[in-house]
Amino acid sequence: MSVLSARDLRVWYGTSRGPVRAVDGISLEINAGETLGLVGESGCGKSTLGRSILGLLPRGAVIDGELLYDGQNLTELSQRDFRRLRGPEIGLIFQEPMTRLNPLMRISDHFKETLEAHESSLTDEEIRRRSLDALGGMGIPPTRFRQYPHEFSGGMRQRIMIALTLVLRPKLLIADEPTTALDVLVEAQILQILGDLKKNADTALLLITHNLGIVAESCERVAVMYAGQIVEEGAARTVFSQPAHPYTSELLRSIISLKTTELHYIPGAPPDLADPPNACRFHPRCPYAMQVCTAKDPIEVRAETGQRVLCWLHGPEEEIPPGGKAPLEREAIAVAEEA
Amino acid sequence: MQKKPELNGTLLEVKDLKVHFPLRGSFVERLVGREPGSVKAVDGVSFQLQRGEVLGLVGESGSGKTTLGRALLRLAEPTEGAIVYDGRDITRVEEREMRSLRRKMQIVFQDPHASLNPAMDLETAVGHPLSIHGVTKDKVDMRRRVSEMLERVGLAPADRFLTKYPGDLSGGQKQRAVLARAIMLNPDLLVADEPVSMLDMSVRAKILELMIGLKDEFDLTYLYITHDLATARFFCDRIAIMYLGRIVELGQTEEIFANPRHPYTASLLRAIPEPDPAKGIPRDLPRGEVPDAVTPPHGCNFHPRCPRAFEVCGWEARDVRDLLEERWAGMAEQEFTREQALIGDLDALDEVSEIARVPSTEGVRSRHVVELLERIRREQPETRLWKGARSIEEGGKEALIQFHEGLEPRHLVVDSVEVECHLYDDEARGRAEEHARKGRK
Repeated sequence: MSVLSARDLRVWYGTSRGPVRAVDGISLEINAGETLGLVGESGCGKSTLGRSILGLLPRGAVIDGELLYDGQNLTELSQRDFRRLRGPEIGLIFQEPMTRLNPLMRISDHFKETLEAHESSLTDEEIRRRSLDALGGMGIPPTRFRQYPHEFSGGMRQRIMIALTLVLRPKLLIADEPTTALDVLVEAQILQILGDLKKNADTALLLITHNLGIVAESCERVAVMYAGQIVEEGAARTVFSQPAHPYTSELLRSIISLKTTELHYIPGAPPDLADPPNACRFHPRCPYAMQVCTAKDPIEVRAETGQRVLCWLHGPEEEIPPGGKAPLEREAIAVAEEA
Repeated sequence: MQKKPELNGTLLEVKDLKVHFPLRGSFVERLVGREPGSVKAVDGVSFQLQRGEVLGLVGESGSGKTTLGRALLRLAEPTEGAIVYDGRDITRVEEREMRSLRRKMQIVFQDPHASLNPAMDLETAVGHPLSIHGVTKDKVDMRRRVSEMLERVGLAPADRFLTKYPGDLSGGQKQRAVLARAIMLNPDLLVADEPVSMLDMSVRAKILELMIGLKDEFDLTYLYITHDLATARFFCDRIAIMYLGRIVELGQTEEIFANPRHPYTASLLRAIPEPDPAKGIPRDLPRGEVPDAVTPPHGCNFHPRCPRAFEVCGWEARDVRDLLEERWAGMAEQEFTREQALIGDLDALDEVSEIARVPSTEGVRSRHVVELLERIRREQPETRLWKGARSIEEGGKEALIQFHEGLEPRHLVVDSVEVECHLYDDEARGRAEEHARKGRK
């Protein structure tokens, strides 16, 4: 059962260079109790997508399309209604745990404030018990309940933040680069906690990250974003072992992992979203680009391996004009465009 | 892998280097003459850097790797030890002289956005070292040199970039400009502190490739500081693993990865998330985080988190606090309340001591605390701390856990790899076996 479903979602930012299409016609479902990884490089629109679900888009952003949560279209929700939703329904884990806790408030007061804001009927004793349960689940001992944020290490603060989100028992959790500021050993601890989440609670998790290693380890399903669009989406195992979109396979090849013996990279740089390339957004950098890729917007199809993909290499055949499959003569990508 | 560079001679030698940052301490502390202590960021580090090699300095945040890198250029003041650059001791050289030495020693930082002045166009920024060091004042010559360097680092055509400001560039382009500026004076040594960590995955490979090219072309020697073992493996000839101010393992890259000696290195290698869904995160990774460098752990710095720690690794009172708190986290509330009711303020355990004095609550006999501790030992006998415990006894209002004497790990060489760990020290192992034998009697 899907908790959240986006249909043809679009988000624009108005800038002096014209509208920037950060999210450009995305359709996506998140099911109860599943972990969906949303990966992409900086500027691909993945954080904008996360923010739009939480109603945290900056002023001046325009949102269009459908974003269904529990029968409501979130794109039409007022800020007031969003405030009721954020927390008890949709939780958020931020990137920087260091800056998100109030240094002047005890951990106990953070929990009290959060719970009182959303569940005003709770007694003090219930608040205490709920808080200690949530903290205990994150490995924070009750002896430290009344301490201040500065008395905790970075990893513990991130776990406190997660506990503070989970104490409201949200149905959907959005984690935007939750481990970027942490070291590998601490990162592994946090990923385990997030992994255990779906076993113990029915919480769905949208994990936004640029790190494909993290997605591989903690997500069942993955959506790959490029230039405001989801170019591929499917089971994590399939996407990693048999990527359907050339961007996914090129990105996987360019990651430096412990197995890397040779450097590989994608020529050029991600496009300016105020002035993206025609038709397929990836065609200027794609090693398999064809004539049709510059002429017609790709149509979403299902690859033979099962994932959804936005690429003419997978058809549909009947939509490709005659001669459309001829390889694209490309002018050498100017070094000036290199990232 | 890269081919081995020709090594000819030592460019840099670091001997038992320490960099401590004194804490200011409160007014009262100063009044009563109590030492406020210091942050031991680098605490006794020795290594050599051969000409033309790439040495990786790998560690988590708080390991002191950045401070060490800065200290080599005297951007942080060494407290003790020596830095010998090109045969010359530069540990106490005057800042004036140091400035001219830095023509040959350059550093690149992690954040390219912060390394470039936003109000300076690239021509001025990249040409800055030339004017600072008085290499050339001639505008035409300067522009020619800057243009050549920009093209060399991939910012071509240079005409398009000379007038650009940092704000017009992508992260990768900025890092290219920073590299151009660092290479401008044709240095010998380049300290690169996380040069690709803030860049996107697909850009990292490009910058690393550029750095490899620059190294060959300009005969550079690199100290590559990073927390990322994957890039270090690809890029470095040798690797030094740092933990809390010390180099715990140092050796040829292939050897470190094929056969990590130090338990910390082994844990790091297992924790890296690999882009392969078939491989999960291991469950038995070290818990906790890098401890405070003001009062580092007794004995071996890594012992509180080490999966293989044993009798002589330096068990102490603070480890008992961690044990109790870890136990209580996630325990059913009733049980926790019962146990906590016996034990007094855990702050009593915050001292560096081989005797842990676990206080009993007012009115509770210390016998009950001893019983609790013994029960914990029976329930979790595999907890490494119990290897270090010689005895648990009553002592007035406290339960006393006496630990075996902790030893400082010695600098050892095991099959060409330098390592600081008791597991490879026959003397320490012998001592531990003796303790264990006595304990069984």
